[in-house]
Amino acid sequence: MHEFRVQVGPAAFRIGSAWRAPIDQLAHLYRDYPQPDFTDFTVRLEPTTWLRRWLRPSVAIGGDYMLPDAAPLPLAQGLLAAEMAMNLQMALGWRRHLLLHASAVERDGRVLVMTGQSGSGKSTLSALLGSEGWRFLGDEFVLLDPVTGNVVPFPRLISLKNEAIAAMQSAQPDARFGPLLAGTPKGDIRHVVPPADAIAQMGQGGAPALLLFPRYGYPGAVREVAPGETFMRLTQASTNYVALGEAGFITLTRFVKSVPSRAIDYQSGDEAIALVEKLWERLA
Amino acid sequence: MANPKTLYQAEPADARIVEPLDMMTLIYQRRSGITHMVGEPVPQMLEAMGEDAVDAATLAARLAVSFDLGGQDDAVTLITERLEELAELGLVERVTDA
Repeated sequence: MHEFRVQVGPAAFRIGSAWRAPIDQLAHLYRDYPQPDFTDFTVRLEPTTWLRRWLRPSVAIGGDYMLPDAAPLPLAQGLLAAEMAMNLQMALGWRRHLLLHASAVERDGRVLVMTGQSGSGKSTLSALLGSEGWRFLGDEFVLLDPVTGNVVPFPRLISLKNEAIAAMQSAQPDARFGPLLAGTPKGDIRHVVPPADAIAQMGQGGAPALLLFPRYGYPGAVREVAPGETFMRLTQASTNYVALGEAGFITLTRFVKSVPSRAIDYQSGDEAIALVEKLWERLA
Repeated sequence: MANPKTLYQAEPADARIVEPLDMMTLIYQRRSGITHMVGEPVPQMLEAMGEDAVDAATLAARLAVSFDLGGQDDAVTLITERLEELAELGLVERVTDA
């Protein structure tokens, strides 16, 4: 079994793999991250049957927390399998923070949170803003501290999909990209290492100051979202709201009552960044 | 059809957390861990009930002090319906008198 350990924000992972290639890719992409002695979660990439280790290898995801029906992926997508498995451990097992399926960036100690369905552009936007003077905090999960209400960074590899891959390559040609994973269940995927400041300062969070619900592919528009609707959408965006019980309720109501919220539609990255800057200046 | 004489009782106020948010009110029920999203007149009803066992007419009379409920009969019918819904949600209990 090959092994790799990585600390991302407050969470420490151990990834074991029956194959060397995915571990080498992880070690390359996460080389600037701390390697912890003790880990919160263990993830295993294993052959679906012993023969599959050599014959059209196929990766099954295992770990502390598992989905019984998770479909195996071809070995060429082992990196994706590892990333998905790490997400799964967080989504099902993390209890120290309220988790929102969202992205976040920081400026002047204050945090912009963006949430939406897959394809809304929240991940691409956070990556683009991360190269426009904001600090990237994460594009998969936003962690809310139940004691302070602050956003705790969780700057995993940025997962770019389809047309976002080319957009990011032209915005940050010097960034470190992973292999192109073509034909995954979500289309083409390519990972990119977050900017250096995102990794160096991953222990340092900030107070949430603005919440956006971006939606890609519609003519530019801004709509105010009432706290009641925001609360409902965020309970749906949280993987552990119910599990946290009263702490989850208090953390989420505090967030909803103190953070202004807008839905934005946009058709290009430039348009979205201009909208974000305008709203940030006015509301945050 | 619910019996208008049925008595209902809410849990003590510290059994829940109530957070008003614009058009709705959130009620977190500590016992079940469930978050309820409710609109008027539910928060007002729970507040007016306090910890007493009350029937719909008594509750309507208490609410009429602060709110315009229209006709008394209509108000009792409406409040009975809401109390039955709250009993289904577990936010109040039907109290059977001996």
